[in-house]
Amino acid sequence: MKNIQVIVGLGSCGIAAGANKVYDKILALKTLDKLNFDLKKTSCIGMCFREPLVEIIDEDGSYLYGNIDENKAVDLIEYHVKNGEPIKELVVKSDLFETPDKNFFEGQVKIALRNCGMIDPEKVEEYEARGGYKALRMIADMKIPQTEIIQKMIDSGLRGRGGGGFSTGMKWKFANANKSNEKYIICNADEGDPGAFMDRSLLEGDPHAVIEGMIIGAYTIGATAGVIYCRAEYPLAIKRLNIALEQARKKGFLGKNILGIEGFNLDIYVKEGAGAFVCGEETALIASVEGERGMPRKRPPFPAESGLWRKPTNINNVETFANVPWIIYNGSQEYAKYGTEKSKGTKVFALTGKINNGGLVEVPMGITIKEIIYKLGGGIQGGKKFKAVQLGGPSGGCIPEYLSNTIVDYDSVNATGAIMGSGGMVVMDETTCMVDMARFFLDFTQKESCGKCTFCRIGTKRMLEILTRITEGEGRESDVATLEELAYQIKDSSLCGLGQTAPNPVLTTLKYFKDEFVAHILEKKCPAKSCKKLLTYEVHKKNCTGCTVCAKNCPVNAIEGERKQLHFIKQDICIKCGVCFTKCKFNAITLS
Amino acid sequence: MFYKTYFRQFTILLFLIFTVKIYKKQLINMRIKRLLSKENEAIANADVNLDLLNPLIEKYKNKKGNIIPLLQGTQTMFGYIPKAAFEKIANETGLKISDMYGVATFYSQFRLNPVGKHVIKVCHGTACHVQNAGSITDSLKEALKVNDGGTTEDGLFTLESVACLGCCSLAPVMMIGDNTYGKLTSTQSVKVIKEIRLKENN
Ligand SMILES: Cc1cc2nc3c(=O)[nH]c(=O)nc-3n(C[C@H](O)[C@H](O)[C@H](O)COP(=O)(O)O)c2cc1C
Ligand code: SF4
Ligand code: SF4
Ligand code: FES
Repeated sequence: MKNIQVIVGLGSCGIAAGANKVYDKILALKTLDKLNFDLKKTSCIGMCFREPLVEIIDEDGSYLYGNIDENKAVDLIEYHVKNGEPIKELVVKSDLFETPDKNFFEGQVKIALRNCGMIDPEKVEEYEARGGYKALRMIADMKIPQTEIIQKMIDSGLRGRGGGGFSTGMKWKFANANKSNEKYIICNADEGDPGAFMDRSLLEGDPHAVIEGMIIGAYTIGATAGVIYCRAEYPLAIKRLNIALEQARKKGFLGKNILGIEGFNLDIYVKEGAGAFVCGEETALIASVEGERGMPRKRPPFPAESGLWRKPTNINNVETFANVPWIIYNGSQEYAKYGTEKSKGTKVFALTGKINNGGLVEVPMGITIKEIIYKLGGGIQGGKKFKAVQLGGPSGGCIPEYLSNTIVDYDSVNATGAIMGSGGMVVMDETTCMVDMARFFLDFTQKESCGKCTFCRIGTKRMLEILTRITEGEGRESDVATLEELAYQIKDSSLCGLGQTAPNPVLTTLKYFKDEFVAHILEKKCPAKSCKKLLTYEVHKKNCTGCTVCAKNCPVNAIEGERKQLHFIKQDICIKCGVCFTKCKFNAITLS
Repeated sequence: MFYKTYFRQFTILLFLIFTVKIYKKQLINMRIKRLLSKENEAIANADVNLDLLNPLIEKYKNKKGNIIPLLQGTQTMFGYIPKAAFEKIANETGLKISDMYGVATFYSQFRLNPVGKHVIKVCHGTACHVQNAGSITDSLKEALKVNDGGTTEDGLFTLESVACLGCCSLAPVMMIGDNTYGKLTSTQSVKVIKEIRLKENN
């Protein structure tokens, strides 16, 4: 038992699925029976659909167990740890034999996520053991000049992962060129796209990679201070960042004359956001760090000239920074090996929605959307029909099923009308109403508009009103034309990216799913059977056996009827939640 | 003549009623927050010990960019930002109340009203929306007899909608305190509330 390691995945997703209880149980068993194995913690390995995850490494190799609860944890200790008998049925990944989930990892190339799920994020030694801070040491030891690092970054072809896709090397070049005795480097960890969690996983799983990337960036542009602007909704990420920063200070990666580089002084601190999507935009983020309302400012001057406190500032995304140490250490050619001509390297995606294997994947650019959804993602839940995939959140759009051979790179995705965005990939099936999705995103941008530009503030509101009325069955024939006109005007006359891209979700749905708009407006029907106002739930006389299951499950007690008698739904109380429809075993609830 | 002025007044009145209606509708849709009315204020400020703010004010007093951390600190202490706290901070730091109020109303994190003991945050991010988060909020509204953003009469629960809790792969998700509940159904969500209420009543 001596050389056995038991590692529990404790990312936010694991904890939400009950991983803390599993950890406590294993710890209790270990103390109780005085067992002699190593109990360790790690973060999310990306298999969110199998959380909680426990990995056991013995002399033979590694076994990753999925969907572990407290009872199964007892079994794992009893059989595998004590008796050396792995429980093969529970293994989701192993290097010794094939598992049904093996496709999830095949085709993934982990560069940004290289350490996520492999190390304890609260121990800097584990990061260093896997090559951490070697890139920074290399720069210090070999006295690599700033211009050479810039050239390396340009050659690697790395483009910003925050959504814009601007060359990171070029950005650093501009920031480096502006001379000033005070300069700032900022890490954008605001991750505003609802439905995306790449940055959270990275910060929780490998905070030092982001910090090392920032230190290298700071050295390159000559920054004197660093800020990580992190969403307040990510308490675990903030906690682990602060632990990591303290460790980096102790080890001399932060401080004065870092690693002996004369005059290279840097400290980094975490700034908590306060909940505003627009603060992901770089000038708004700067205003927010300065303690003001997070409203975007006019560019030029660009932050590289005049940013935080009017000093030259460079802002990059979490994932961008996490790639930097790998590129410096392994060389730009190695990175540029992956990807397409204009989009190099890998990209992390958060796979969510109606997909079987929801989680985090890192794939080389150039892979098709179909491959991601069917091979890595394991296809659509419940064997339903794949309808579309949403990329880029509120600034992006949806790509319909028939374009699923589109490859992921900046230009190919842009050609469909969607954008690559930061990596949220929400999969929708035949039961998702596309008009409602467009309404959903407009509702989001309308609430999040900072209010500075008239078209963004009022235009999104008018669009939302029109979309709402369409989903409620009160659409007018002229609505589609009005929506399009408003969309182009908002795009043209907004100051920042929020307004300029807010109409995208509507424009792409109009482009690919016009028939659904027509059905809502002319026939007052929702083809996906999702828009509530256009639906009624009824009990079908013939099939109802009076089993009372529907009545018991109805959250608002809208169903009445005696046992073994026909039930009926009181339409004025029914909130159309659909529970009765899914619970009835006799197909007696109909939807029309 | 008489009829004409009468008619004009009537149309103006109609116009006014109509604009007020639109204005009200906008209030519901936008993230506008208001300080408490006079009567409620007295109740809300009654158990607020403003001296607790002293170390916070001391720490951030003359720092640049201090409005957000000051407000965040205040909210951590009281659960919301009482009007009296705005006044105290303004007096002791020289910040303008209007600036602080502007910041407090801009960010969704800040609350100007007291909240219930348990804040229920139902996620309405994209992933959760696709997985029917609407039905979770609907059944909670029904079960708690409150509107979105409202607090129950017994002060036990506040129901809120939030955008993305970062556990999208477990959608639909809600968070109460530090506990996250994933892969919810509307029936389950109501059950969770009932269990908490049961515990509180015992
Ligand atoms: C409305 C809006 C929201 C944004 N949100 C984010 C965000 O949450 N995270 C992020 O990294 N970039 C976000 N961006 C992009 C940033 O403005 C900026 O381009 C990015 O942080 C630059 O980093 P990169 O070059 O590494 O991509 C947003 C942009 C806009 C217009
Ligand atoms: S486009 Fe919208 S969010 Fe951006 S500055 Fe203008 S009003 Fe604000
Ligand atoms: S749809 Fe929901 S609210 Fe309506 S009757 Fe069925 S279970 Fe009750
Ligand atoms: S969309 Fe609900 S947790 Fe992300």
